[in-house]
Amino acid sequence: MLEIDSLTMRYPTGDLALDSVSLSVERGQVIALIGPSGAGKSTLIRCVNRLVEPTFGSIRLNGQDIVAMGRTDLRRARRKMGMIFQEYALVERLSVMENVLSGQLGNVGFWRSYLRRYPQPAVDEAFRLLGRVGLDHMVDKRADALSGGQRQRVGIARALIQNPEILLVDEPTASLDPKTSRQIMRLIIELCRERGLGAIINIHDVPLAMMFVERIVGLRAGVIVYDGPPKGLTDDRLTEIYGEEDWSGTRGDGDEDEGDKPAHQKVAAAVDIPELKKVAQR
Amino acid sequence: MTTLADTPAAPRRWKRPPFIANAPLRYAIYAGALIYLVVAIGSVEVNWSRAIAGMERGQAFISAFLAPDFTTRWTDIRQGLLESLTMTVISTVFGILLSIPIALGAARNIAPWPIYYVCRSIIAVSRAFQEVVIAIVFVAMFGFGPFAGAMTLAFATIGFLGKLLAEDIEDIDRGQVEAIRATGASWPQQMNYAIQPQVAPRFIGLCLYRLDINFRESAVIGIVGAGGIGATLNTALSRYDYDSAAAILLCIIAVVFIAEYSSGFIRRRFL
Repeated sequence: MLEIDSLTMRYPTGDLALDSVSLSVERGQVIALIGPSGAGKSTLIRCVNRLVEPTFGSIRLNGQDIVAMGRTDLRRARRKMGMIFQEYALVERLSVMENVLSGQLGNVGFWRSYLRRYPQPAVDEAFRLLGRVGLDHMVDKRADALSGGQRQRVGIARALIQNPEILLVDEPTASLDPKTSRQIMRLIIELCRERGLGAIINIHDVPLAMMFVERIVGLRAGVIVYDGPPKGLTDDRLTEIYGEEDWSGTRGDGDEDEGDKPAHQKVAAAVDIPELKKVAQR
Repeated sequence: MTTLADTPAAPRRWKRPPFIANAPLRYAIYAGALIYLVVAIGSVEVNWSRAIAGMERGQAFISAFLAPDFTTRWTDIRQGLLESLTMTVISTVFGILLSIPIALGAARNIAPWPIYYVCRSIIAVSRAFQEVVIAIVFVAMFGFGPFAGAMTLAFATIGFLGKLLAEDIEDIDRGQVEAIRATGASWPQQMNYAIQPQVAPRFIGLCLYRLDINFRESAVIGIVGAGGIGATLNTALSRYDYDSAAAILLCIIAVVFIAEYSSGFIRRRFL
């Protein structure tokens, strides 16, 4: 569905952030993108929706080359790509509802969005999503009044109201505590599964990534050095991605009781968080 | 065999490095500045006999403040005040409306180079000329009266608000803009959703501040013929009509105070 071909990005300063990266994401496939800081992870996903302009290469979403698109087509393509950010990137002084509805900006005209008169189906969907992420009691709270985990849930709802085909997720858990990190990862994975959404998730936390996804891509200095299942991510591989270090314990083998089960089954069991159940019962 | 532990090292001294490293140069600059100050003070000529004579006038002025005369020239004062308020409101509103697009163009992070330079130049021109200078030009162009005054204040407002708003826009959190852009929002939508919420509270504060600057300035530019309460004040002063002048000044002070308190109140509601 998403085909990235020999994508190269050189910053005006001369730094080569991405060096001929090729990667394809199938429909419904969730990829964790790992690698040291500065490896080009953020640049890669920002190139996909052209928040950063790539220097060379092509990015095809359903066969259409995003890199070659003009302004109008690009706007249309961005609608199909939901993005979730590390620092949430909510508009702090807008309410939760306004933030969620802002995901619809690509679909409504200026005056409708200016007067906050969104089409009823969009409003219904916003309420439904806020319920799904467990925030339906905070609709009119201002975004800056929320906790980190709550903000990220708003960020997720904003990305999903676009009804995207793929999610671009930039360090979703880096600003969150360990428990909230897991809840947020679980929520993202669950939602992807529910909707058959593909996703590229940049993540620093290797054990967390291995817990939740079936495919991991390792990036080092703008080059893909690993692409495979979590199981194949041996100490040697980690050294190749991050450099020399003592990796014992990093892969989180003793982390869960059901260490022998495949990752996605672990997720299925782990997804069972009470607040989601409650929502599902309604 | 001596180790580090054996020899008690001399205590290492530390002083903050001076601003100018070269000591002779440093003292020469300090001495030069002091000499200039002494010479400058010596060069100020004070005509003491004139100052003593002036004390009387000053006293008359101050005692007039203790007995301001609102009644004799009330119609003039009222008309002047109303004219000034009209000038203030009109010029502030037009100034704000014009300063917003110019500020958007003058913010380096959202405007392309050519537009940036054009808008920056407009702001520079507006800020380079003091209100009184512009007022003199506009009075020459449009004749005496409040129209020239309103034009002057609107022009000055553009420079003031344009510069400060542009700087605020340059300081915003880019992440929020990026997030809104990533949804496929158009340029006006990005302005409305990502930029406006970040700069609005301070901009409202600045507009209210400019409103009372404009009122105070209207008193000054009235003296060069641009209408308003300044013209009334000028007439009163040239007639040595200090008790009326005092009444006018008190009116100006009262209006500024009212503006100050109400702007504080309004700003708190928008934060």
